[in-house]
Amino acid sequence: MESLTPSSHPGLVGDQPVAPERPGVEASVKRRRREGGFPVGWLIAPSALWLLVFLVIPLVSIVVFSLWTSTGYGLEPDLDFGNYAEYFLAEGFFDPDHRNFLRLSVFIRTLGSTFAYTLEVMVLCLLLGYPIAYFLAMRVSSFKWQMALFLVCMVPFWTSYLIRAVAWLPMLGRRGLLNSLLVSLGIIDKPARFLLYSEFGYTTALAQLYVVLCVGPIFFSLAKIDNDILEAARDMGATAFQIFREIILPLSLPGVAIGMIFIFVMLMGEFATAVVVYGGKASTVGTVILNYYAIANYPFAAVNAIMLMLAMMIGVVIILRLVNIRKEL
Amino acid sequence: MARWSRQRKKRAWITTLFSSYYGVFLVFIYGPMIAMFILSFQGRRGGTSFPMRGTSFYWWQKLVEPSTVGDMQGALLRSLILALIVMVITALFSTMLAMAFRKRFVGSNLLFYTVMAGLMVPGILLSLGLATLMRQIGIPAAWWSSGLGVHVVWTLPFGFLVMMAVFNRFDTSLEEAARDMGADEWTVFKEVTFPLILPGIVAAGLFGFTLSYDEFARTTLLAGEFNTLPLDINASMTQRIRPTLFALGTASTLFSLVMIGLFLVVYSVLYRRTH
Repeated sequence: MESLTPSSHPGLVGDQPVAPERPGVEASVKRRRREGGFPVGWLIAPSALWLLVFLVIPLVSIVVFSLWTSTGYGLEPDLDFGNYAEYFLAEGFFDPDHRNFLRLSVFIRTLGSTFAYTLEVMVLCLLLGYPIAYFLAMRVSSFKWQMALFLVCMVPFWTSYLIRAVAWLPMLGRRGLLNSLLVSLGIIDKPARFLLYSEFGYTTALAQLYVVLCVGPIFFSLAKIDNDILEAARDMGATAFQIFREIILPLSLPGVAIGMIFIFVMLMGEFATAVVVYGGKASTVGTVILNYYAIANYPFAAVNAIMLMLAMMIGVVIILRLVNIRKEL
Repeated sequence: MARWSRQRKKRAWITTLFSSYYGVFLVFIYGPMIAMFILSFQGRRGGTSFPMRGTSFYWWQKLVEPSTVGDMQGALLRSLILALIVMVITALFSTMLAMAFRKRFVGSNLLFYTVMAGLMVPGILLSLGLATLMRQIGIPAAWWSSGLGVHVVWTLPFGFLVMMAVFNRFDTSLEEAARDMGADEWTVFKEVTFPLILPGIVAAGLFGFTLSYDEFARTTLLAGEFNTLPLDINASMTQRIRPTLFALGTASTLFSLVMIGLFLVVYSVLYRRTH
């Protein structure tokens, strides 16, 4: 018979064999563990260098370029806050004679509308995605099926998001599938125009493109919930809704936060879908940046980029304040 | 007894409800792609929406014909080469990083958040920053230099998270045993560590390949003279949209699906062998 150790039988009460203390062995194991493995410096050097060149320096240079002046075709080193002034004060904000007196500048309004769309789509994604994650984690009992159904949901993440946006065209058009379906069901009698190149089509397409990003994190945090807790709650007579409200929902919040941060960040920087599905009718901060890049006004593109970055940071901080995701990482 | 069965029934009913919602959800995320797939076989005189006017391979044939607009074959080739390079670098870097993170070291938090920033920073910002910088210095942007650079920034966090998860469940005693028997670091890695983490490396490679192959936002201003496939698709959107675009989209999506399937098969074979 195997000898019992305290750790393998925590419930055992009474005399237990105590492991003899051997400090010498402990210390030598620890020292060897520290020696094991390749030197850290060599392991991180390539990635660190790569990130420095292709991530850190480009971001820092945006800040620098936003203070330079545009020469019409290029850039000139400077310390000019005029770009920022223009960003906030364009369109006669302070000019009592101007028709846009005290009206927010067009750039701030674009940032605001980008944010509004983002919020709308985030809510849509949460409403659409949460039940899926819940279903996969809580209602599918076989692990094999769980993984298979989860993978089916995640596959679009590994395919081109541009092509998935293009695929909405035959759905939403005036003679698109959705319209023919609505007409044949008798819900409307002639094809609606509001589907393609409309706010409705735009938000629907965005939700479809990004919803998979929140299914993953929510699923993982739901799958981590200990079944014993749910069992215990059920034994004590909690209804399914009570279990959901008191246990499942709070425990899934870190996953929700991670998914929402992911979607928030991606949507704020979104620019291609606005062109493909919305026909360029709405400008996002992304399209504004690209437009100013195209006309070689790099400092102003940089200013827009920085304001976008600031807005995103504020958004992420707010989400992190609402939910503590430390436990998840 | 009766209460139990009623509860069971209610539970089963809720599960059915969720299953049917799952079905609707699948239609939502796959429906448009399937419509695109069907429309790519549109008849020669048909347009970009239903109804179908006959069926044909006309638009698929146009795909392989050399065309005057765009350079689709070249773009596809470039995207493939780029995706393969990104796959290798992602697998390599994320393995190295995750191995470094098995120990505590100075600046590990900073490095962790920098890697994760690659996931959080919108592609348009990265594109703008690097493109402007390179213009200023006078280095022309190209898909194999600046494009490759930002692709790896985007794929590395995914590979890194995969490898971190792999090493979290890794049994260190195996390596210890090998070291005790006198193996040097390279032998330990080659004989013990590598075979065990190989499935993880394949998974990291999957993220590297597929995310690079489909990357668009980061490459927008950084591909230089020659387009990658997503950029080429985007450029063709500015012209009149034809079913050729649907054929191209379908072909590209099918290719992605085949690659995902291939990776999953390799992964599960390797996983079964090591566990």
